[in-house]
Amino acid sequence: MTVTAQPTAIDTRLEASALTLGYADTDVVRDLDLRIPHGKVTVVVGANACGKSTLLRGLARLLKPRSGAVLLDGEAIHRLPTKQVARTLGLLPQNPIAPEGVTVADLVARGRHPHHGAFGRWTSEDERAVAEALTLTDTLELADRVVDELSGGQRQRVWIAMALAQGTDLLLLDEPTTYLDVAHQVEMLDLLAELNARRGTTIVMVLHDLNLSARYADHLVALHTGRVVAEGTPRQVVTEDVVRTVFGLDNRVIDDPVSHTPLVVPVGRHRPAADPAPDPQENR
Amino acid sequence: MTAILERPVGSASRDASDVVRRARRGPARHRRRLLAVLSLAVVGAFAVRVLLGDYTVTIPDFVRIVGGEKIPGATYIVMESKLPRAVLAVLVGLAFGVGGAIFQTTLRNPLASPDIVGVSLGASAAAVSAIALGGWSGWSVSLAAIGGAVGVALAVRAVAGDHGGFRLVLAGIGLAAAMQSVIQYVFTRVDEWDVQLVLRWLTGSVNGVDWATIGLLAAVLGVLLPATAWAAHSLVATELGDDTAAGLGVGRRRTDLLMFLGVLLVAVGVAAAGPVAFVAFLSGPIARALNRGRTTLAGAGLVGAVIVLVADYAGAYAFADLNLPVGVVTGAFGAPFLLWLLARDHTSRRAA
Repeated sequence: MTVTAQPTAIDTRLEASALTLGYADTDVVRDLDLRIPHGKVTVVVGANACGKSTLLRGLARLLKPRSGAVLLDGEAIHRLPTKQVARTLGLLPQNPIAPEGVTVADLVARGRHPHHGAFGRWTSEDERAVAEALTLTDTLELADRVVDELSGGQRQRVWIAMALAQGTDLLLLDEPTTYLDVAHQVEMLDLLAELNARRGTTIVMVLHDLNLSARYADHLVALHTGRVVAEGTPRQVVTEDVVRTVFGLDNRVIDDPVSHTPLVVPVGRHRPAADPAPDPQENR
Repeated sequence: MTAILERPVGSASRDASDVVRRARRGPARHRRRLLAVLSLAVVGAFAVRVLLGDYTVTIPDFVRIVGGEKIPGATYIVMESKLPRAVLAVLVGLAFGVGGAIFQTTLRNPLASPDIVGVSLGASAAAVSAIALGGWSGWSVSLAAIGGAVGVALAVRAVAGDHGGFRLVLAGIGLAAAMQSVIQYVFTRVDEWDVQLVLRWLTGSVNGVDWATIGLLAAVLGVLLPATAWAAHSLVATELGDDTAAGLGVGRRRTDLLMFLGVLLVAVGVAAAGPVAFVAFLSGPIARALNRGRTTLAGAGLVGAVIVLVADYAGAYAFADLNLPVGVVTGAFGAPFLLWLLARDHTSRRAA
């Protein structure tokens, strides 16, 4: 992707430079350059197994680069003390585990761990941070409930609250809407957008749903076989050509009547409308 | 949600802080009370073990004996039998209880306890080999036990990977069987052995241990238990899974350190009393059930101490003319518990 000119003077605190990531003997992300715009919502999209979760894990220093580096404020993230990183960059993985019997307040309080020393005392600042995280995610009234007993949507809000209590400027989320129905997906993304607007938190997330991604992203990154195929505003990225390359799907892109962002309409082989749309085969 | 967001920031957050404080106070208070009750239970079981039984000692007599006064008969029975057994029972109960709960919590599997996955028997095999074939004693036996426990732990991990799934349990059960045959083999190689000795190294016993060994164990635990309390701080993060823990700035090395301390606790316990069956396995889940489903390492240690004290008392006095080693009693109660745990897991998963 040498074609993409480096966007000049993009304000960033987190970037990947010639980053190669992989497991065992396969490279999943290859020689990737990416700058996460500061204070914006960045969404990474791509087909299954395109390397988007791997990229997120790499950015969150969970995977060591094969080559290249992830830079946080200009320094290689793997060389920084991990606790120091945890005060700047938070992560909500795809399948966090709630310990048996833990209450909401207790779980969210664990987000304060990076702020404590070896024998860390719980301070009133910790309490404020937890209270604020619960308030922002609308989970305050669940504070003394046991996490296992909550609904999927409530549980996901509690996990976000834990990540918020960490009080980081950057927040990375791996498919925060998985297992949620469409109403809760929208609610979750509204919450994240609000956080970004109110606190200026830089958000980087991997999402499955292209249309919701186009609606909520300031900056969209399309990944295909471990490389960035397109990057920019949703309008720049979500085009029929890019969607065809990334997902191998014939499609139309129309205007989203609600948000006026691009809306992808897939063209399948079945149930074509009686009328008009030109034969999908022509686009090949 | 907007209603909450629009409230004036100051008042909302003060109210919210109160809610958080109250919500966190409940579980913390319950845990403190539980630890207090369990501590009393340890003291009570200890008193029963030392004062009652086939030979009753009054409290004033006990104080005089411990103070150094010689009371014919009573002094010998208390100082050479009852007291060392009770003290050793508390120490190994603490060691196995905490060590087992570390395994179960870190590996997120109640079956992945050191006595099920062969770590205890590895320590035992190494210790009995060192004593019977090498003629070792004291410190060097503890070191051999540590070597055996670490060896088995590393072998299990090499075979099954880092996670506490069924592969780890299967690999561990296989290694446990292998360690058991090592112990049995050692007994065929020595000329003089007795049933008590075999039982000690196969199932565990607090009988006939000298004060030097007990003192050594107490000293080692005096270092290991505070170190564990410190290292266990990272559990608040590691309990949430490897990725979340890493996100909170807790790397795998912290988990490894805690596991290593767990292996050491079990190994030094085994070096003193043998692999007392199922104590490590039982203590964690019992303490957890008493703590409303939440992990408590300290609680597990105290439960372990109560189990060993009570089981030793039962083994010594429950059956006339039969002095059963503590491991036989805990083994007899552990097996049904194992079945209950498996059955309960099965039904709860079906219900979910």
